[in-house]
Amino acid sequence: DEQKWLRCSGKMLFSIKILKSSRFHVSRGCFRTHACNENTASFKTNLRAEQQRCRCEASPVEFGEYHPLKPIMVTDTKTRRGARKGSTSSSSSSSSSVPPSDPLSSMLDGTDPLSMFAAASGSESHATSHSSSLGRKKREKEEEAVGPDFEPWSSKRGEILSRFTTTEKLSINLFMGSEKGKAPSPGTSAVSEKVRTRLEELDDLEEGSQRELLNLSQQDYANRIEELNQSLKEAWSSDQKVKALKIVIQCSKLLSDTSVIQFYPSKFVLITDILDTFGRLVFDRIWTMCSDPRPLPDNFTVEDVNDTAKETCLNWFFKIASIRELLPRLYVEAAILKCNRFLTKSGIQETLPRLTAMIRGIGDPLVAAYARAYLCRIGMEVAPQLKDNLNRNFFDLLGTFRQISGETVRNQLVLQRVEPPEYLTLYSPAINWILQCIAYRAPEPLLTEMMERCKTLGNNALLLNSVMRAFRPEFVAARATDFIGMIKDCDESGFPKHLLFGSLGRSLACADPPESERLTILNEAWKVITKVRSPQDYINCAEVWVEFTCRHFTKREVNTVLADMIKHMTPDRAFEDAYPQLQSVIQKILTYFHDFSVLFSMERFLPFLDMFQKDSVRVEVCKSIMEVFIKHQVELTRDPVILNAMLHICKTMHDSVNALTLEDEKRSLSLLIIGFIRVVSFGRDFEQQLSFCVEARATFCNLEPVLVQLIHTVNQLAMETRRVMRGSHSRKTAAFVRACAAYSFITVPSLSSIFSRLNLYLLSAQVALANQCLSQADAFLKAAVGVLPEVPRSISVEGKLRSSESFLLDFINNFLATLLVVPDHPEHGVLYLVRGLLNMVQDYTWEDSSDAKVRVYISALPLLAAMSQESFLYSIPEVDSNETLYGGDPKFLSEINKLCETLIGQILDHLKALSRDDSARRQSALAFSLFAVLLAHGELRNNKLSQLAVNLWNLSHKHGHCETSMSVRTLESIKHQAQQPDTAHLSDTVQRLALQSRT
Amino acid sequence: MSVTLDLRLKRANKVYHEGETVAGVIVLVCKEPLQHHGISLSMEGQVNLQLSSKSVGVFEAFYNSVKPIQLISSNIEVAKPGKIPGGKTEIPFEFPLQTKGNKVLYETYHGVFVNIQYTLRCDMKRSLLAKDLSRNCEFIVHSQPQKSKVVPTPVNFKITPDTLQNTREKGSPPKFLIRGHLDATNCVISQPLTGEVVVESSDVPVKSIELQLVRVETCGCAEGYARDATEIQNIQIAEGDVCHGLSIPIYMVFPRLFTCPTLETTNFKVEFEVNVVIVLHDDHLITENFPLKLCRV
Repeated sequence: DEQKWLRCSGKMLFSIKILKSSRFHVSRGCFRTHACNENTASFKTNLRAEQQRCRCEASPVEFGEYHPLKPIMVTDTKTRRGARKGSTSSSSSSSSSVPPSDPLSSMLDGTDPLSMFAAASGSESHATSHSSSLGRKKREKEEEAVGPDFEPWSSKRGEILSRFTTTEKLSINLFMGSEKGKAPSPGTSAVSEKVRTRLEELDDLEEGSQRELLNLSQQDYANRIEELNQSLKEAWSSDQKVKALKIVIQCSKLLSDTSVIQFYPSKFVLITDILDTFGRLVFDRIWTMCSDPRPLPDNFTVEDVNDTAKETCLNWFFKIASIRELLPRLYVEAAILKCNRFLTKSGIQETLPRLTAMIRGIGDPLVAAYARAYLCRIGMEVAPQLKDNLNRNFFDLLGTFRQISGETVRNQLVLQRVEPPEYLTLYSPAINWILQCIAYRAPEPLLTEMMERCKTLGNNALLLNSVMRAFRPEFVAARATDFIGMIKDCDESGFPKHLLFGSLGRSLACADPPESERLTILNEAWKVITKVRSPQDYINCAEVWVEFTCRHFTKREVNTVLADMIKHMTPDRAFEDAYPQLQSVIQKILTYFHDFSVLFSMERFLPFLDMFQKDSVRVEVCKSIMEVFIKHQVELTRDPVILNAMLHICKTMHDSVNALTLEDEKRSLSLLIIGFIRVVSFGRDFEQQLSFCVEARATFCNLEPVLVQLIHTVNQLAMETRRVMRGSHSRKTAAFVRACAAYSFITVPSLSSIFSRLNLYLLSAQVALANQCLSQADAFLKAAVGVLPEVPRSISVEGKLRSSESFLLDFINNFLATLLVVPDHPEHGVLYLVRGLLNMVQDYTWEDSSDAKVRVYISALPLLAAMSQESFLYSIPEVDSNETLYGGDPKFLSEINKLCETLIGQILDHLKALSRDDSARRQSALAFSLFAVLLAHGELRNNKLSQLAVNLWNLSHKHGHCETSMSVRTLESIKHQAQQPDTAHLSDTVQRLALQSRT
Repeated sequence: MSVTLDLRLKRANKVYHEGETVAGVIVLVCKEPLQHHGISLSMEGQVNLQLSSKSVGVFEAFYNSVKPIQLISSNIEVAKPGKIPGGKTEIPFEFPLQTKGNKVLYETYHGVFVNIQYTLRCDMKRSLLAKDLSRNCEFIVHSQPQKSKVVPTPVNFKITPDTLQNTREKGSPPKFLIRGHLDATNCVISQPLTGEVVVESSDVPVKSIELQLVRVETCGCAEGYARDATEIQNIQIAEGDVCHGLSIPIYMVFPRLFTCPTLETTNFKVEFEVNVVIVLHDDHLITENFPLKLCRV
């Protein structure tokens, strides 16, 4: 509210001024009443007029139309402002003006005849939005004309913004009323007064004509500029073309301000964004004006453009030509350069050289250089075929080069406390860009000529640097020796040589110099690089050259380079500030050296790694090495150099794990380490391998997946031993496999995942059995049974809590299957492990409404049945199972029978219990599975058993929950079996099994 | 019951020459049929002269404004009293742009003391209860191209402390040498003013170089005549300490409406000049004046 009030009072002030100048500008709202206060006489007449109107006419009429002073009144009734503020202004137009309405000034409020024409030609905002998408398409096409190999400006933007930063405070000085000065000087002039009031009106929108924003941080500054960009778009879409233009002019004016000069390149980027927006808006608008009845083709000519559009376009150019200040005039005209296409064929061709020449008027060399860069950029976008202009810009730049070391600049630098080397680097983006434009698809002779010109300018370092960066790497590489000579010759005034070598190195990283020169180049370059004092400068340059070194030379040279880097970066822990560069060095080495035995035989490689002392960075580096290792080390290895180094690296990664490490991070580290463990192989030297595993276990104890992998590795080792010994162990190998089992046995308990533990126990037990280590296998199985009660009822799987029941059942079934071959321990009773398991199952706290326990019982029956066979289904070579131990002893069999009876009793009890409550479906399913077991494993000749089977069948069908197709198939199968001679007894049973008819 | 009255000219740029026909349409938009008491259209062209308060004093300037000079005036009735149907009605019209007698149609010019303006005005008379409607529309007249060939008459200049006249301060100004040339002082109004300026040397750095376009308007009246020079626009062509020895382009587009071919009549004169203004860093102002003759070809 306060804001609104302020705005009103601002308007009041403004209205007073108008009244004083004996001309009335009637607007609406609060202004009206204030105007009346000022001039009471007119207030009264107004009042009377209003009363009169109310009496005579019911329909609302514009207030001003009844003003008795009408004949000398400018009634500007096209009140766009009002409309924007949401009042319902009808714009009935009747204007009788005594003072001539100045056509130029009338353009200022957006109601010039031309924009009215445009408004008449259709709803514009709609058209604009439509055209902007079309326009974008067009732009894309034009970019294609330049070709994808031309690095576009957009990719430079970010780099510049991040590189040229400042901590100094910035200021934006927007003087929105600047055009006042342009108005004809005598205040008495009717026209100028009108222009002025209009302008003031516009300023009013800006809430204060001059805004000076001081003490902005860099981020604030960027935000402000972005705000301006937004308000430009808003102004444009609300048809305030002049406000839009003013914003653009004010913004481009900011570019002449070189205080906080370090920030200038970034400022340039931000502000040219606005200019780009503006250029696009203007072009799209004029383009839409011609799109009736059908859109203009992309390659339209002047003849396709209608008069209205041409006139509007011309108006823009006239308007811009009258901008007072040089820099805004230049930038804004450049921004809408493309619009020349609407007017004349040769417009762009004629304008570009003129604008180029205009830049000569810019005194500040930095401002001029960036203006040139902008012009070149626009030139490349709009008319890439016009190369002449680019060259002219560059030659002008060379022509004014002496200014850089001139007195004015020097004074400025002293004032801002900027060192000349830093100042010179500010030029790089602009000059690089200009040279890039020139060099793009340029013939060789042109480039040579440019090089010569730079030479004649006393091998100016700044230029040389830009030439190397902008020209094709192949071009530079082919002349690398020349360039080195030039770098050596050039005067070092302000521009450090290491930057030059950096640029050269960058070119050489992409293109190869002649083979014979390579070593000389490296020597020459490194001679200079190694002399760089500042570690930061040094590493920036050295990093670039590592690539060249890795590409063309052997480990010896790379090692030397690494040694040099260590020497430079170690004092005062300089490496702490250079981690990104050091990382990039490692990256580059890894790209070229895939043979790790060579890599690790570089003496300086590991010491180099030691420079990464910040944990996060060190782990990052280790990970990148590991990734490359896993990818490229396909062959198994036992090379002690590799193993030592890799163990060291893996240990580093492992040691970074702490309580705060994320699961994902742990997982990825584990995967990398596992990858390493997998390629380690000592061949036949199993003991060595085992001791490696022991060592690894000690080293990687915090990463569970690694431990699991180690157990697997050891189990595999045991099996491998068995394979080598063809199943029968010697004394020595027996001891070894027992050692393996021992390894697993003591490793498994350290795992926290219960199912990992269970499964590994079982697996290790199987391995132990296979290797005839009976007591070890017993111990594993006993341990597994011991662990069973600890299994929680729910476990977390991939972050979700799930019931553990199905996992547990799976495990138990697997376990039961193994138990068949495990011989009973002589000191314990018969079926000690089976009983132990079943006891455990009975005591386990199953979920309340679960049949899991009974399911275990049901699946134990086949095991017991199998055990009562004369010879078992499967056995392990060299291991005597119970069949041999007991040899079908009736005592053993009756033991089994007793157990079976107990189990069946339990199951039947459970079935009975189920029938009590409404769990018929469960009952049916359980009964059916027990029936199936009996059918498969039971002796159905036994009448009791066959009766039980029939009863179970009936129970499962009692409530109709049985799947009929299943029952039918079961019956079919039984009938089929009954036809076999040895199972003929089944035919009786079949007859008693009735299918439930569907009623 | 709203009605809008609008005047639209056929030519988008609204530029006409003597002897041509000004054509266009009157556009009436109303929702319901509209009763009116006649629609008329008039064309008028006149020169307004105003005396400067500087030369004749404030009161005289206010009261003694010189009578406007009528250049062309005609009036036609577009429609007799009657009714206009609802919707959009377009009434085409044409005016021959022809003077009576030996009057000349001067080119449109918006100045400070001299204004030459051509307007179309459409009036719709309505009943007592409803307000009359009227609509004005300015159109632009360009004078006939000059018959004789334009001789560009280039001019070279060289400014040093010694060439200065009217130096206001006593002490010696800083040393400088500025050379340059204008490609033409007889300029074609539709083409820019061009030339070059070179700062050969200057002890004090240059702050800015500007081109100041000035109109010189002379009005005759009973007490003699008043001659006033006022600025039309000021264009900066160099900013900051420009590179010495480098030629900086002089380039200025003559603004439309505010300039016209140089005009000399019995009652008034409109002439133009350009000043090359060099501002030094110590705020020394060096100005070199060049009278221009503008013409249209």
